[in-house]
Amino acid sequence: MRRYFKTIRLFWSTAFASQLEYQLNFLIELLAMLGTLLGSVFILSLFFTGGRQLGDWTWESALVIQGVYTFLDGLTNALLRPNLTEIVNYVREGTLDYVLLKPIDSQFWLSVNKFSFAGLPEIILGLSIVFWAAIQSGSSFSIYSLFVFIISLLIGFIILYSVWFLIAASSIWFVKTWNATEVLRALLAAGRYPISAYPIILRFIFTLVLPVAFLTTFPAEAILGELKFNILFFGLILSSLFFIFSRLFWKFALKHYTSASS
Amino acid sequence: MRIFGLSFKVIKTLLTTQYAYMLEYRIEIALWALSGVLPFIMFSLWSQNDVGNSFGLNDIGLARYFLSAFLVRQFSVVWVVFSFEEDSLSGRLSPYLLQPLHPLFRYVASHLAEQATRLPFAIAIAITFFILNPSSFWLPSLPQLFLAYLSTHFAFTIAFLLQSLVAALCFWTEKSSALERLIFVPYLFLSGLLVPLSAFPPNVLKVAMLTPFPYLINFPAKILSGMPVDIFNGFLAQILWISILVPSVNILWKLGVKRYTAMGA
Repeated sequence: MRRYFKTIRLFWSTAFASQLEYQLNFLIELLAMLGTLLGSVFILSLFFTGGRQLGDWTWESALVIQGVYTFLDGLTNALLRPNLTEIVNYVREGTLDYVLLKPIDSQFWLSVNKFSFAGLPEIILGLSIVFWAAIQSGSSFSIYSLFVFIISLLIGFIILYSVWFLIAASSIWFVKTWNATEVLRALLAAGRYPISAYPIILRFIFTLVLPVAFLTTFPAEAILGELKFNILFFGLILSSLFFIFSRLFWKFALKHYTSASS
Repeated sequence: MRIFGLSFKVIKTLLTTQYAYMLEYRIEIALWALSGVLPFIMFSLWSQNDVGNSFGLNDIGLARYFLSAFLVRQFSVVWVVFSFEEDSLSGRLSPYLLQPLHPLFRYVASHLAEQATRLPFAIAIAITFFILNPSSFWLPSLPQLFLAYLSTHFAFTIAFLLQSLVAALCFWTEKSSALERLIFVPYLFLSGLLVPLSAFPPNVLKVAMLTPFPYLINFPAKILSGMPVDIFNGFLAQILWISILVPSVNILWKLGVKRYTAMGA
């Protein structure tokens, strides 16, 4: 276990050093992030004109969801996207061979060997919005609600990671999976809004098929102290299943890996 | 008879080869078409929460608007900056620059060919939408269809020129695709992909109309869905933007080619 932590530290410190070369990129990402946040809050505000509510969520509590979404988006940009979109290239160029030969778990190596620091401001800003908006909507934090919030964020992140990894791993068979990630990103954008604001069929799909609800709505309910215990329990089971499935799928995919250009 | 200085023979060859190329990637293109579902997600939110009423829009009008926005996006989506960056970094651009054909025309042809390949998927998605929302079914009149077709092409031209401007920056920096995000973000919120622009507060709308973005989705989608829209001024603005962007791209391109260092060659 200690070996894994040490490896992560080495990975990320080299990533930091190499990214200092592209400071302009960092600035662009920052601008794009602020623009995106401004735009989504503006679009959200349109749903509340004339004193309406969005699926029985108030304006402040809906902002908590935006905060959770921004946080997860930051994690995606920092960790998931730089790592998992590379798997396709390893497969296409045959360099996956070298990864498999390393004396460390290949799924671990592929999932954490890069870290994009441009995602950090988004992570911090997302969390700040969560707490600010939660205070605005009159929630009083307790150790318990913070604990449930952290657990539900973890559940959300594990599900998000597993879905991304499943698509990335399928590149062993289909070399072009870039488009599938775009479909996923488009569907995940549904997480900007509370799940109860959707029609029944979509609520069902976004809870059980592609569990967007577990990514944003439920963590937001957790910090507001409204999350039911059985949902948290169900989330724990669901995220474990997603993660186990991603691991089994990777093992299965590797059996079909035939290597390229060697 | 020549169009943009190209003979018919050149145009035909470009389009047929690119179309043959695109047919190979039908599954990818189907996935691209699917990745445009955002207007449908927004529609489900609008109709479920009865938001349209605050802005004087009924459900059927909204359904038609969001379907039109989806269709317009399908035929005006542009990715030239990504292809160009790849070609530029891998050195594939060098032979293109030697040919007596502006490299941008090759990208135009590949976009048009991709649109043709996309057509059946877009129609299939539209039919699915009508099956799920039968009350929203409508057939636009012929003049409506023609004007929508024309304005979608103009929208594609503006989007293509905007991205070409960013692509030309490839001659200066290696990572110009990162700059594309700075166009995409205002495009996402101001084009009308997420909400019809008539729902914007008046002062935001005024600012938005000064940018090219509303003419990329909102204007053609309104024509197609039969919403009231100022057709004359809309087309005027589209043509104005094209006539500003064409010389800008030309100048930036000429300046850039002089700096071309043939990376990877």
